[in-house]
Amino acid sequence: MLQDTTTSRMKPAIALEGISKTFPGVRALSEVSLALYPGSVTALVGENGAGKSTLVKILTGIYQPDEGSIRVDGAETHFPTANAAAKAGVTAIHQETVLFDELSVAENIFLGHAPRTRLGLIDWRRMNADARALLARVGADLDPSIRLRDLGIASKHLVAIARALSIDARVVIMDEPTAALSHKEIHELYELVDRLKADGKAILFISHKFDEIFRIADRYTVFRDGRMVGEGLISETTQDDLVRLMVGRDVGQVFPKQDVAIGEPVLTVSGYRHPTEFEDIHFELRRGEILGFYGLVGAGRSEFMQSLIGITKPSAGAIKLHGEIKVIRSPAEAIAAGIVYVPEERGRQGAIIGLPIFQNVTLPSLSRTSRAGFLRMAEEFALARDYTSRLDLRAASLDQDVGTLSGGNQQKVVIAKWLATRPKVIILDEPTKGIDIGSKAAVHAFMSELAASGLSVIMVSSEIPEIMGMADRVIVMREGRIAGRFERAELTAEKLVRAAAGIEEAA
Amino acid sequence: MKVLLKNREMLLVVAIALLVALIALRFPPFVTPRNLANVYNDTSILIILALGQMAVILTRCIDLSMAANLALSGMVAAMLNAAMPGLPIPLIILVAMALGAVLGAINGLLVWKLDIPPIVVTLGTLTIYRGLIFLLSGGAWINAHQMSDAFKALPRTAFLGFPLLSWLSLVIIALMVVVMRLTPPGRAFFAVGGNPHAAVYTGIDVGRTRFLAYCLSGTLAGLSGYLWVSRYAVAYVDIAAGFELDIIAACVIGGVSIAGGIGSVGGAVLGALFLGVIKNALPVVNISPFAQMAISGTVIIIAVAVNARAEKRKGRVILRKAEAAHG
Amino acid sequence: MAETQMVARHIPDRLEGRGARLVKSWETLLVAVALAIFLVNSFASPYFLDPWNLSDATFNFTEKAMIAFAMALVIISGEIDLSVASVIALTSTVMGYAVQLGFDTPALVLIGLATGLLCGAFNGLLVTGLGLPSIVVTIGTMSLFRGLSFVILGDQAFTGYPASFSWFGQGYVWWVFSFEFCLFLALAILYGVVLHKTNFGRAVYAIGNNQTAALFSGVRVGRVKFVLFLLTGLMAAVASICLTARLGSTRPSIALGWELEVVTMVVLGGVNILGGSGTIPGVVLAALIMGMVTFGFGLLNVPGIVMSIFIGLLLISVIALPILYRRFRGSR
Repeated sequence: MLQDTTTSRMKPAIALEGISKTFPGVRALSEVSLALYPGSVTALVGENGAGKSTLVKILTGIYQPDEGSIRVDGAETHFPTANAAAKAGVTAIHQETVLFDELSVAENIFLGHAPRTRLGLIDWRRMNADARALLARVGADLDPSIRLRDLGIASKHLVAIARALSIDARVVIMDEPTAALSHKEIHELYELVDRLKADGKAILFISHKFDEIFRIADRYTVFRDGRMVGEGLISETTQDDLVRLMVGRDVGQVFPKQDVAIGEPVLTVSGYRHPTEFEDIHFELRRGEILGFYGLVGAGRSEFMQSLIGITKPSAGAIKLHGEIKVIRSPAEAIAAGIVYVPEERGRQGAIIGLPIFQNVTLPSLSRTSRAGFLRMAEEFALARDYTSRLDLRAASLDQDVGTLSGGNQQKVVIAKWLATRPKVIILDEPTKGIDIGSKAAVHAFMSELAASGLSVIMVSSEIPEIMGMADRVIVMREGRIAGRFERAELTAEKLVRAAAGIEEAA
Repeated sequence: MKVLLKNREMLLVVAIALLVALIALRFPPFVTPRNLANVYNDTSILIILALGQMAVILTRCIDLSMAANLALSGMVAAMLNAAMPGLPIPLIILVAMALGAVLGAINGLLVWKLDIPPIVVTLGTLTIYRGLIFLLSGGAWINAHQMSDAFKALPRTAFLGFPLLSWLSLVIIALMVVVMRLTPPGRAFFAVGGNPHAAVYTGIDVGRTRFLAYCLSGTLAGLSGYLWVSRYAVAYVDIAAGFELDIIAACVIGGVSIAGGIGSVGGAVLGALFLGVIKNALPVVNISPFAQMAISGTVIIIAVAVNARAEKRKGRVILRKAEAAHG
Repeated sequence: MAETQMVARHIPDRLEGRGARLVKSWETLLVAVALAIFLVNSFASPYFLDPWNLSDATFNFTEKAMIAFAMALVIISGEIDLSVASVIALTSTVMGYAVQLGFDTPALVLIGLATGLLCGAFNGLLVTGLGLPSIVVTIGTMSLFRGLSFVILGDQAFTGYPASFSWFGQGYVWWVFSFEFCLFLALAILYGVVLHKTNFGRAVYAIGNNQTAALFSGVRVGRVKFVLFLLTGLMAAVASICLTARLGSTRPSIALGWELEVVTMVVLGGVNILGGSGTIPGVVLAALIMGMVTFGFGLLNVPGIVMSIFIGLLLISVIALPILYRRFRGSR
C-alpha cells in the first residue's frame, strides 16, 4: 500500500495521451492514454488484437502515432526512430527475443552502445567485464563471450533483460516474458522484476496470466478493440473485474455454440512423438465435435498439428481416418485424405499475398476446378464465390489482391480456401488471433455450422473464453505433452490455467 | 579434435595444409618458403578483394561489380600515368581508391535509397562499368611501355625480403580485423545481416550500413585496380573479367554465409589462399590450367553445401528432457 | 438458404473489364516503347525496313529469348539460374565432341538436349534436394559447366558440324521466317500457355508469392522448382543447338555473359526479380525491344559494348522507375 501512495504522487516517467493509429482497413488504436510511473509495474491486459503490440511499437519508435502525444518526464517528445526511443531510455523485451544469434552474449547486450577505448574503438575487455556484471545483476551465470545461438530460450531472455539494464533504461516493456519459461525460471523473473522496481524503473508488463499480474503488478490498464477501457490499482480490483473489462461481456453469451449430436470417431491419433517438440499424443476426434487444444504459447500445439499434415515428420505415431490407417507425408497428401490445417501465422503460412482472392481460395482445390491440368477460370470463380459468400467476406471483387483486405477478411479467405477442399477434419490454429470482433463472431458462427454439418473440428486456441465458449472437449498441452483432458460440462477457466501452467490441484 | 574441426578457420587451415602436402608429394619444390611466399604474393589481390566482398555479403547483399570496378579504376590509373608520367604514384593510388569508392557508393545508394535487389544493381553496374572503360579508352590497350617505371615498380619493390604487394595485403588484413572487430560499423555489418529486424530495434540503420559496406568494397576494388594494372603492366577493357566469381568463391569457401551475418576476416583470407594454392599448383602438378575454372566451381558448390549444413537451424526445443540433452 | 446468402452479399468477380486491365498493364507500356523504337529506327536508317534485314536482326534475340521464357518461370518462382550461358557452352562442347566421334544430326540434337537436362537436374537437385540458395549454386555451376568446357577444349575449337545440323541456325521455314524465329514464336505460345493457363503455372506464382503458404496449401514446392531448373537447362540446350548451328563452331567462350542479358530481358519484360509476378507476353515484347535496339545500334555502327552499357542502364532503370514513380505519387 505504501508503494501505491508513493506512485500516485510521483510524476510518470512516460505518458501517452490520446494516441491513435490506423492501418489500411484497421483502426489499431483510438485515443488511448497510458502513464508509467518510476518504481512501479503496470500490467497491460487485453485480448489478442486489442492493440497491445501496436502500443509497444509506438513506445519503442517502430511506429509513429497518427495522433496524440508522448511525454517523457512531462516534456513532449517524438520517437521518429527506434534509436530515439532507446536514447530516451525506453526498451522492450519481446515475446520472441529479437537478438543476434551469431554474436556473443556481451555484444548482444552492448550492440549500439559498446564501451570504447580512447581511440574510439570497441573495448572488448571492458564490454565483457560490464556484461558479466550485468548478467550477475539479473542472476544469470553466463559466459559473456559465448555465442547467443548456443543458449536456451530462458537464458536468451536474461540476456535481453541485461541489455535493457545496460542502456540504463528508465522504462522497461516486458511483452509476455514468461510465455516460454519454466516454473522455476518464472519465479526468478519475478524476483528480477522486483529488483528493477527497486531500481526505480517504470515497467510495462504485458501478460495473459492473471496469477502473475496479481503477483507482481501495482497498476493495470485494460485494452479492448484498440481502446483503453479501464485502469487503476491492482489492489482495488479482482480477476473477475479484469476479465469483464477485457472481454466487455460475460463469457459464454456471445459464442454461437450449436448443440450437435456427436457421432462416430473420425480421426484417431496414437503415440505421436517428435525428438524435440512433443511426445505421447493420443486422442480421438468424433464427427460433429469441436475439440479444443489449449495451452500457453510455445506448448507445442502448432508443432504437433503441423506434423499431422506432413510439414514435419514425427519420429513415431499413427493416424487412423474412419478406422483406416493413413500415412501422410506432405500437405498435399493430407488434403487428399481430407485433413486440412488453417495455420496460425496467417500472413506467412495462410494467405498468399500478391495473388487475388479467387486464386487463394482455389489453390488447394485446383485439381477439381481444372481439366487435364488446364485452368478453368469460370469454375474457379464459381468455387470462390460459393465459399467466400458462406463466410460473409467483405471485398470489392474476387480478383482483388488478398493483401488489400483487413486481417479478419484475410482469415475468411484462408478458411474458405480450406473448406473448398471439402475436408472431413479441419484444424483451426488460433483462428481468431488478431482479428476484429465482427470477424471473430463470423468465424465462430461458421465453426459451429461446420460442426453441425458433420465436420470434425480441432480448434487450437490460447484464449480461454474462446475455448470455453466453443469446444465440446478440451485437451491441454504443456511442454509438448498432454497435461489434461476435460469434457465441456466439467470445464472451468481455473482448471485450464492450472493444467497449462503445471500447477498441482492440491497446491 | 572435435573442437578444432568445429572452428571453420581451423578446418580451412587443415584443408590447405593437406592440399599443400598432396602437391608436395608430386612436386616437392612447391613447399619451399620462397615458393610459398610467391603463392601468397600472387593471391594478395584476391585477398584484398575478398575482404571487401565479405563486408558486403555479411549485410545480406552481394557485389558482382567488383571486378568491373577494379578494371575501370585500374584503367583510369593507367591512363593518368600514361598522360602525366610525373604524377606521384601515391596520388594515383588515391585517385584509384576514390574512384572505386564512388563506384561502390553508386551501388550502395541504389540498394539503400531505391531498395533495388543487390544482385540486380550490381549485375547492371557490372556491364555499365565495363562499358565505361571502353568509352574512356576507345578500346585501346595501355601497354607496359606507356607506363612509368615507378608506376610498375611499386608492387614489386622488395621490403625486408618480400614484395610491397604482399606487405600491402597484410596491412589491409590488419586494418580489416580492426574495422570488423573493433569499430561500430564493422559490428553493424554482422548485426544487419544476422537479423535485420532486430538491428532496427537496436537503432542500427540497415540501409546506411549496407551503403557503407559497398563503399568499403568499392574502395578496395579501386586499390586492387591500381595493383592489378601495375603488376601485370597492362590495362584493357577485359582485365579481370569473370574475376568477381573468384572473389565470391573465396568468401563462400571461407565460410561467409551468403544469407548474411556469418563470416570472418580469417575465413575470407583462407578462402582466397585456398584458391591461390590451387591456381599456382595446377601447372606444377601437370593439370591443365584450363581446369581451374571447373575446380573453382566445384569448390564453391561443396563449400556452400558444407556451410548450409553447419548453419542449419536447430528445431524448436519444447520437451524439457530434450532441452537438457541438447544443452 | 444458400441462395439467400448469395444474394445477401454479392461480390463481383472482377471490378475492371479486360480492356481497362490491359490499358494499365506493363505490357501496354512495352508495346508503346517497341512501337517508338520501331519508328525511330525506320527514320534513322533506310535499311531498317527491309524484310531480309529485319529477318537477320531476329537472330540477335531469338536464342536468348528461348532461355528467357524458362528463366521467367524460375524468377517468378523466387529463384534464379545464372548458369544458363555455361550450359550453352557445355552443351555445345559435348555436341562438338560427339561430332568428332561421328554422330549424325538427330543424335547430336538428342545428346545436346540430354546434356542440358542433366545440367538442369544437377542445379535442381542442389537447390531443392539440399535446400541451397539458387544464386550461389548457379554461380558455382556457372563456373563448373563452362570450366568443363575449358577442360575438354582448352584453347581449341570444335568445327565440322554436318550440313544438315546447320539448318537449325541458318535454315528458313518459309520466305524470311527462319527456323529460329518460328521456334521462338512456338515456344512463346507454349510457355505462355503453361504459365497462364495451367495448374503448374498457378503453382509457380503461388510459390513465388509465398513459398510457405503454397507448401501448406498442398503445392509440391520441391517438385515444381526441380522441373523449373530442368526447363532452364533444356532451353539453354535448345538455344545452344541453334547458336552452335548458326556459328558452325564451338569455343569454350561461346555465349559468354548471356546470363546477364537473359535476366535483363526477363526483368525488362516486367517480371519481378524477387518473384511472384510477370507474364510471358511481357518477356516476348522485351525480347523484341532488345532485338530492335541492338539492330538499330548496329545499323548506326555503335559498338557492341556501348550496347551493353545501354542494357545495364535499362536493367536498373526499369526497376528503379516504378519505385521512384510510386514514391513520387505517394509523397503528393
